[in-house]
Amino acid sequence: MSNKLTISVAPHIHTTNSVEKCMWNVVIAMLPVLGISIYVFGMSALWVTLISVASCILTEWLIEKYLFHRNCTIGNGSAIITGMLLAFNLPNILPWWMIVIGAVVAIGVGKMSFGGLGCNIWNPALVGRVFLLLSFPAAMTTWDAGVASGVDATTGASIDASSGATLLATLKSHSHQMDTSQIDWLSVWIGDMNGSLGEVGSIAILIGLAYLLITRVITWHIPVSVIASAAIFSWMLGCNPLLEVLSGGLLLGAVFMATDYVTSPMTKKGQLIYGAMIGIITILIRCYGSYPEGVSFAILLMNGFTPLINKYIKPRRFGERRGK
Amino acid sequence: MKKLSSTLSNMVLSLGVITFVAGASLGTAYYVTKEPIAQMTHQTQVEAIKKVSPEFTNDPEADKWEYEQDGITYTVYPAYDADRLVGAAVESASMSGFSGEIKIMCGFDADGTVRNYEVLSHAETPGLGSKMATWFRDSSGSRSVIGLNMEKNSMYVTKDTDKKGEIDAITAATISSRAFLEALRNAYNAYVQYKECQEKNN
Amino acid sequence: MANKWKLIYNGIIPGNPVLVLLLGMCATLGTSSSAINGFMMGVATMVVLICSNAVISMLKNFVPDKVRIPAYIVIIATFVTILQLIINAYLPALNATLGIFIPLIVVNCVLLGRAEAFAGKNGVLDSICDGLGCGIGFTLALTLLGSVRELLGTGRLFDIVIYPEDYGMLLFVLAPGAFLALGYLIAIVNKLRKSK
Repeated sequence: MSNKLTISVAPHIHTTNSVEKCMWNVVIAMLPVLGISIYVFGMSALWVTLISVASCILTEWLIEKYLFHRNCTIGNGSAIITGMLLAFNLPNILPWWMIVIGAVVAIGVGKMSFGGLGCNIWNPALVGRVFLLLSFPAAMTTWDAGVASGVDATTGASIDASSGATLLATLKSHSHQMDTSQIDWLSVWIGDMNGSLGEVGSIAILIGLAYLLITRVITWHIPVSVIASAAIFSWMLGCNPLLEVLSGGLLLGAVFMATDYVTSPMTKKGQLIYGAMIGIITILIRCYGSYPEGVSFAILLMNGFTPLINKYIKPRRFGERRGK
Repeated sequence: MKKLSSTLSNMVLSLGVITFVAGASLGTAYYVTKEPIAQMTHQTQVEAIKKVSPEFTNDPEADKWEYEQDGITYTVYPAYDADRLVGAAVESASMSGFSGEIKIMCGFDADGTVRNYEVLSHAETPGLGSKMATWFRDSSGSRSVIGLNMEKNSMYVTKDTDKKGEIDAITAATISSRAFLEALRNAYNAYVQYKECQEKNN
Repeated sequence: MANKWKLIYNGIIPGNPVLVLLLGMCATLGTSSSAINGFMMGVATMVVLICSNAVISMLKNFVPDKVRIPAYIVIIATFVTILQLIINAYLPALNATLGIFIPLIVVNCVLLGRAEAFAGKNGVLDSICDGLGCGIGFTLALTLLGSVRELLGTGRLFDIVIYPEDYGMLLFVLAPGAFLALGYLIAIVNKLRKSK
């Protein structure tokens, strides 16, 4: 493939953009999130991230060298992003060998099985996370007991405030109907609460979003439609919309994972449908499912629908008229 | 023999004969296995009761007593040694699991000591809540409910400090654990109701 | 005689119903959560397959072409129902683990596929050999898949502990693990077949 000449019709845009540049911009956008998680969870957060990134890179290198016998593509940074995103989806006290299994599955099963970057149907980091969640459910939902849960321990005495439950698990045990006066809103915003590495710092994720939008790595359509539909739908079901958006991995998923180029629709309209469905499925799983969190399942489901969305929602060609 | 051609009469004849033979052999098989199947079903139920309840000489399935509360039906299978009530197996359920109903069968001695339990059906998260099938008979820590007394011990998870709970919850599945213990307490309640009802009758 | 051996061998490796022909996926994915379950399901299917192949090849001249499919289905369904009644009556433990998958043998493509492709055209003895071969192939594939899933999922093999269960990847016992494991097994088989 690589030695064939690629030809497309005019007009051509000259740009210095490249896969590498996009990927490194995403890495930069994720740094504030990493910073917050180190602040909240301490050095263990950094270790989890390093192990995850290193195993992702190693897996990709081994598969390319010994199975595919082709040039290495680690330089494009996609393995680093996968590694970081996977780490953001894990609790900081997860045993190291589970992180390695997650990374091997993310790259090996989620990406390389389909032929590498650009050919995968599902977001690799989420494949890794869901694999771990289903394989080691206890370890994946046991949080560092030393971190607060975002629920005020003094006013919410009847709630497991001290046992390392996440805000979302607490919400689930109250059937998503909770007295909001028990919530410590400041901790919820800055991320001083329990959960996976990357899902706690709402502010940091929003900073990352701003950076991605300014550098035009992504457009607003997917993140905004995910967040808006989740908020509206949860409000319709009688939950507190702000709480639903800020708890769990919704923001992280909407900004960094649903927006993956390879696995999201191409057209703006398609992206809006895709994002809205992710929001709705997430809230459905949270309220009625047997797992407390549904973002990763929702994104993977819609990843599967992406080819279908691309097929039916095509951009109109210039001069083409809508049929009467 | 030459292959039959696809005329209407041939097709009707062929299918007719095949279905007739099939029907006859199925009828025979059904007739032959009817007794053993009925026996086996009864035996499985009795085995399930035997597993959890004290030794009995009566037929608990024939003496079963149903009790309904808050929309859940509890079935008490009393165990009698001669004419003395020695305990019971109770089929109980809880709706407060992580997702849907948890059905258990548990057995008590006459004084309310838990003998054994069996999880009949549940829809809890695999690997978390689903561990309840073995967790509450594991002797490590204070997980086991077996041998505890429903009257003397506090059958709540240790996290429920206001209830002075004595049972360790399943790691990362406190909600399922609470639901399981609720089913167990409700089962005991049904058993107590049964005893009262019997005393009134006598 | 060599011909008969070849028929049996064909069903086991070059024409393996699960790993090469991709038939009977529902039963394969549903019942292979452990090695013993896979093995039991394979044997149950093999019994029905041999019986139905034998009867269908006997009746091949008696069944007009246009109604052959309904005739085959009736024959297969009869054997499956008889098998289910017997299992219900005498093997309640097997009934509890395989449950709904026993009646579902009726719609297993392996059975109708072999009836249509082989038994409807060949002699009784050959058809029995073909049924035996495919049955063994099906059983082997299910046992292999069940072993992989049981080993990776629970750390056991035929209920013998190989490594502590805490290190087992529970996913392999669940439905997604069935798809993953089957996919990679087929990939490995394809690779081996190509390199030959």
